[in-house]
Order: sequence, then C-alpha cells, then structure tokens
Amino acid sequence: MHLILNLDPELLEIVGRSFNVTLTALTLSLFLGVPVGVWMALSTFPGKRVFTALIYTGMGLPPVVVGLIVYLLLSRSGVLGSLGWLFTFQAMVIAQVVIATPIIVGITLSSVLGIDPDLRIQLRALGATRFQSVRALLWEARFGLIVGLVAGFGSIISEVGSVMLVGGNIAGRTRVMTTAIVLETQRGNFDIALGLGIILLTISFLTNFVLVLLQGDTRRRP
Amino acid sequence: MTLYTLENVRQRYGAREVLCVPSMTIDEGEVLALVGPSGAGKSTLLRLLAFLEAPTMGQVGLHLNGTRPVTFESATIDIRRQIAVSFQRPLLLSRSVRANVAYGLTLRGQKDDARVDAMLERLKLDHLADARPRTLSGGEIQRVSLARAMLLQPRVLLLDEPTANLDPHNITLIETFLQEQRRETGITLVIVTHNIYQARRLADRVALLYEGDLVEVAPKQIFFDTPADARTQAFVSGTLIY
Repeated sequence: MHLILNLDPELLEIVGRSFNVTLTALTLSLFLGVPVGVWMALSTFPGKRVFTALIYTGMGLPPVVVGLIVYLLLSRSGVLGSLGWLFTFQAMVIAQVVIATPIIVGITLSSVLGIDPDLRIQLRALGATRFQSVRALLWEARFGLIVGLVAGFGSIISEVGSVMLVGGNIAGRTRVMTTAIVLETQRGNFDIALGLGIILLTISFLTNFVLVLLQGDTRRRP
Repeated sequence: MTLYTLENVRQRYGAREVLCVPSMTIDEGEVLALVGPSGAGKSTLLRLLAFLEAPTMGQVGLHLNGTRPVTFESATIDIRRQIAVSFQRPLLLSRSVRANVAYGLTLRGQKDDARVDAMLERLKLDHLADARPRTLSGGEIQRVSLARAMLLQPRVLLLDEPTANLDPHNITLIETFLQEQRRETGITLVIVTHNIYQARRLADRVALLYEGDLVEVAPKQIFFDTPADARTQAFVSGTLIY
C-alpha cells in the first residue's frame, strides 16, 4: 500500500503506460469500429449474415490467440517483421486493437439496429442528408455506443495474454499493470501484485463511472 | 396549376402489387384526402409523393415553377425539402420538444427562435417546450410532428393519419390548424385518413383506394353524394366489406 501512497515512480510509469496503450488502442478501435458498425447496420450486402457472425465471434476472441497471431506477424520472419515492432508499445496497441474493434463494431451494430427503422425514413422526409441522418442515428444510439466503449475499455485494460506475448513485459518499455501483476505474483511479491490489482480495479471503476455519467439520463427513453 | 402528375404508377413489394394508379393529378393549393380501408395502399402512395420510394413502374412527377416534372430519380435534396411529411407514428428524437420542432430548420443550417416559439404556441405546445418526448401524450406527439413539418414552410404537406386514435380535443385542434395554414399559406395538403367524416370536413377532393387500386377521385360533393363507382358508394355508405 505504501507504494501507492508514496506514488512510487516505477509504479506510476507502469500505470501511465497501461493507460497510454489502452487509450491509444481504444481510440483506434473507435475510429475503425464505429463506422464499420454503422455501415453494417444501414447497408445490405451479400454475406452480411456471415460477416455479422464473424464480428460476433470476434467479440469473444481469446486474447492469447490474438497475441500469438500478432506475434507471428511481427516476428522477424513474419509478414510485418520488417517493421521491427515486436516487444514494443506499437505491438501491444495492435493486439489490443484486434481485441477491442470487434466489440465496438458488434455493439455499434446492435445499437444502431435497435433504433426504429422508420426513424431513418422520417429523417429523410425532414430533409436530412445521408451524413445528417447517420449523425442523428448515432446520437440516438449513444447509450449503446457508450456501452461499447465500456466493454472495449474493460476488455483491454484488464487483458494480459496478448500484451505479455507481443510486449514481452520489458521493464521500463512494455511492462503494464497486468503483466506486472503476473510477474510480481510469480516472484512471490503478493503485496505489490495486490497493490497493482487495487489500482487497476480503481482505474477501471473510475473510467466506467465517467462513462456512466456521460450517458446522462439512464431512465427509459421513448 | 397541376403540382403532381401520376402516370401508370405501380408499386410492388416482392411479388405483391400494393398500388396501381393509372392516372391522377394533384393541384397546387388543394386539399386531397386519400381514403380507404387499411392496406389499401394509401400510405404507399404518400411515400411515393414524398419521393421516399421509387415506383416499381410508371412516374410520379412534381411540377415546380413550370419546369419539367421532378421525379424520384431527379429529386435533389433542395426539392425534397419542399415536401414535408407528418407520419402516422411520428418518431421524435431524444431531445426537447423545442429542439424536435426546430430540427428540420437545424438540418437546413437555419435558426429562428421566434418562428419556433410562434409555431409552439399555435399548436398549444408552448408549455411543453422543454419537455422530453417520453413525457408526451399521443396527441402532443402528433402536434409536435405537425409543428416540425409546418415550420419548414413546405410547398406541400403530406399527412398520414394525422388524427388516428386521438381524442376529439386533439382532432379539433389539428384540423383547425390545418385549415388555418391552408388559408394563410395556400399550401397543398394530401391527407391519408380512414375517417370519411374527416375527409368531408377538410378535403376539396377525395380519392378512394381499395386493395391497391385507385377506384375513384372526385370533388368532395360528388364523391359523397353521387359517386360513380359501386365500391365508392359502398364505402361512403359504410357497407363496403373488407
């Protein structure tokens, strides 16, 4: 507990890195996932059901498998080996983007599909352009989108398998809270591991609380 | 002046033909009531007039400023914005009544608080300006929808069952508003209704749709007093079985 109370520099660095990796990955996942989710909800195309099933499958991807695939892609002999990103910040972000994006796509898709389909027609009748319609639909789906954000954040801030594989848990470079917890537990430093666990849970709670506040009025809407 | 011309219009959903209108015109400034039983194709015709759907066959033409008729394919957003629609089941956005009423203006990049206030007042919604849609009654929602549409000062207003399931107070309020708007602005109104008494009160001409077919269009007096088609006679007398 004294590490937390004394704001231990190494601890702060690990916490900061965890946040940095997670928020970078979450931002990229949002930019990728929301447009794809909206497009899937509003379009008809051949193979849409198969694609939707793939997205839903992706929502439950085992992180360690994602880590393994990203590891193979980024390893020296892999397709992206020339980038030299294995055991770096970028590698951890890629793995987390792969984990979070299907979650954001899936929840965006179901949120937009949950809006009455007549609303699109009525917006068009009001003179909305396609862009204005999408913006209005996203606003109406905002409660669901925030759930997507919460789910995406939760899935990657607490994830250990993939970041351990592709980041390598290198002190001062790729060590994040979850990998540090694993390391300290293996070393028998249960107090440090527990302290990190408390910080992780607190950060997770505070972030979700902010998102719940952003949702605003949580009573049933028309 | 003719505002709409419909020629050989057919609408199919899959294999099912839901509308067949060989020929029909709608004049600028008139009030046309589309009557008929449920499933007769009235709402489909309204969507075609609003350019929300393209007909499977034929042409729905809108004549603006004496130019070539505008069709679904050639209707630009500026042209579509001259047509307003109030739906049978209006969907309001999860924002205040005032924001909902002003939403069409917002989409056009305009802001006019005075006009919004005046419209809220005319439809007895001023005390609800800050209310959320979930707190409104059916009649209030319908009035918000009407205010939202009329605020846009459209050339034509298409109304789909604007008073269905409403109480007499709301029906009177809405009908009075429509009559006043027509008098003041000369707007063209097309009203879908299954209520022949409402058609009698509001319309200049009445059209009967039955099982997707346009049976008869006639001036109100003729439609109700001396209809040409046996189905119209039966519908007016309340003996049409469907």
